[in-house]
Amino acid sequence: MSSKMSFTNAVDVDGKALEFTVVGDRITEWSTNSGSRKPTLGDVKSDEVIDLGGMTVVPSFVDLHTHLREPGKEDAETVLSGSRAAVKGGFGAISAMPNTNPVADTAGVVEQVHSLGVEAELCDVFPIGAVTVGQQGERLAEILAMAESRAKVRIFSDDGHCVADPVLMRRALEYVKIFDGVIAQHAQEPHLTRGAQMNESEVSARLGLKGWPAVAEEAIIARDVLLADHVQSRLHVCHVSTAGSVEIIRWAKTRGINVTAEVTPHHLLLTEDLASTYDPVFKVNPPLRSARDVEVLREGLADGTIDIIATDHAPHPDESKDCEWDAAAFGMTGLETALSISYKAMVESGLMTFARLIDSLTMKPAQIGGYTDHASPLKEGSFASFTVIDNQRRWHVDREKSLSRSRNTPFHGLELGCYVHDVMYRGSWVLRAGTVTR
Amino acid sequence: MKFPKHLLSVEDLSRENAITILDTASELARVSDGSIKKLPTLRGRAIVNLFYEDSTRTRISFETAAKRLSADVINFSAKGSSVSKGESLKDTALTLQAMGADAVIIRHPSSGAPQRLAEAGWIKGPVINAGDGTHQHPTQALLDAFTIRNRFGEVGKGLDGVKIAIIGDILHSRVARSNVFLASILGAEVTLISPPTLLPVGIENWPAKIRYRIDDHINDFDVVMPLRIQRERMHEGFFPTEREFSRHFGVNQDRLAKMKSSGVILHPGPMNRGVEIDALSADSDRSLIVNQVTNGVFVRMAVLYLLLAGVNQGLGES
Repeated sequence: MSSKMSFTNAVDVDGKALEFTVVGDRITEWSTNSGSRKPTLGDVKSDEVIDLGGMTVVPSFVDLHTHLREPGKEDAETVLSGSRAAVKGGFGAISAMPNTNPVADTAGVVEQVHSLGVEAELCDVFPIGAVTVGQQGERLAEILAMAESRAKVRIFSDDGHCVADPVLMRRALEYVKIFDGVIAQHAQEPHLTRGAQMNESEVSARLGLKGWPAVAEEAIIARDVLLADHVQSRLHVCHVSTAGSVEIIRWAKTRGINVTAEVTPHHLLLTEDLASTYDPVFKVNPPLRSARDVEVLREGLADGTIDIIATDHAPHPDESKDCEWDAAAFGMTGLETALSISYKAMVESGLMTFARLIDSLTMKPAQIGGYTDHASPLKEGSFASFTVIDNQRRWHVDREKSLSRSRNTPFHGLELGCYVHDVMYRGSWVLRAGTVTR
Repeated sequence: MKFPKHLLSVEDLSRENAITILDTASELARVSDGSIKKLPTLRGRAIVNLFYEDSTRTRISFETAAKRLSADVINFSAKGSSVSKGESLKDTALTLQAMGADAVIIRHPSSGAPQRLAEAGWIKGPVINAGDGTHQHPTQALLDAFTIRNRFGEVGKGLDGVKIAIIGDILHSRVARSNVFLASILGAEVTLISPPTLLPVGIENWPAKIRYRIDDHINDFDVVMPLRIQRERMHEGFFPTEREFSRHFGVNQDRLAKMKSSGVILHPGPMNRGVEIDALSADSDRSLIVNQVTNGVFVRMAVLYLLLAGVNQGLGES
């Protein structure tokens, strides 16, 4: 007989008073009101009544872009440690990018990653499959096998690399129509960015670092939206980083092209000037760009041109970052700071309401990925997978306290708002008072 | 006036700092004319030449400078780097620090490596940049400025009004970056002459004029400084052939003849004779290339003196 938990004194994403109950792994009652009358719950006695102290309850977050490094690079992260970091950040579902070793380009590897996620029992881990064998960009991987495996892969990406060959990209876009899948493109024209280290601009010229021009991202997106239109398929654009990319996606959407896009929290806040420190904690792909790019990305997320926030959590061991810029790996961790950084960039700046921000972290990514358990608002009958946020509490980012195995966060020392207090995953606590339960 | 602790970039120097370095170099040159070439100033100090790139000339220049100030010199020719998975820069630095290095002179293929060394806390003493990637080569710019000043200026002053042309691969040149910024704070007028493929994005905002051709204005310049062009750049599409580059951007006899009679030629070395500069021009009496090398020692002595001895007046004090 499942225990019944009743939650009182909470607030929903719109700020309305909220009470709800959980039995087993489901929400059995969900009661909100915006008036003064307190909601009442069912008469059946609860085993536990939990007062949430006025904190906000939202669906737990869904990340469509996470690097879990397992198999192959377990010194940086594992599915377990990545899941713990995810839970700490308020996530209930993460999507494991396939640039592992071996690459997740077969049913075998995606099933392995899927199993590791199930074993960790902290959040849903959805493996993303590679588009091409070994992500080499030469021939298609066994996409259908991965789609029909236990991992039920729907998103395919060569992230880390661009699917640069236009014919292969066309084929991939056509092929995933079999099961309504989506190709998630890492837009980076390889020839224009060979050896690139940071955004190509006055700053890179002064610093003597090889530039990664915005056009290398924009040209691929322009090509891909036209391809998606031509073959009537779905395209998702990973980590949009330039103003020009936003403009192209906006144009594509007005043409009715089926394209969605994501932006990372770090691209909503940080600019290329940080490279003047030559500290590789700021080295990332796509690179940090100009203040104008940041401004246009924020506007793009606010007006829906960019659909979702995705972390591109990219853990790296210390030796890959504690060196000269050229020698350092690209990437920043992001699961644990995603909510607070996005909140700072979008809500504190007045560009988005809290509710819309949460949407871009929860239901919208779930809809793109086809993660049905996460794709609807919390209500009676939903899985009891939610995140409790203390909107008022401020906290400091301390890289030494990362739950990720890696400490390469660019936000060390920052004081931020919006604290993730608790997370429940399918009826079990996985985070309580900021501590992961297992 | 305060000197920076490290010399990582000419952007760290004020106009006064730069003139002090040049004046100190002048004084050191004068003292060196006498019979005693060594000064006891840095006796007992251990200076490390940490060179990750082959460079006999610069290394020997720094070594000579350090020895003339009676410092002990340790040459560390690092083969491999973090990139080729040799010992990491960090570990090398920590080792040198543990062995008691008082200062580190570093040349490295990665832009910013000296800054990492200076700011990551691996080294306690001053760090001097002997050339990092395509970023800066401060002592080269200083010795170039010194050489130019000896011909066109005087002690105590800058390079005000001197017209300098830097020709060639600006995009990949740390020498160009250092020279442009140093020359501008010293009051010189810099013109960069290069095909557009070899000019970085944003160059319109540098304190220099931009031209795509030499010949129209070659008689304006007091100083013409061609830069070494690497053959690899041809394969990356920056210019079609060496012949075309040489014909349109090379310093040769014909161009030398069009220069004003007081005009001089400098080159940071090593030269590709026949490409950016022909042999006759390099060896002509208008060429100050050999002077640059001699001056390099005095300028480097001045830098070591000013960063390590902690005084900027009165030489010969230890």
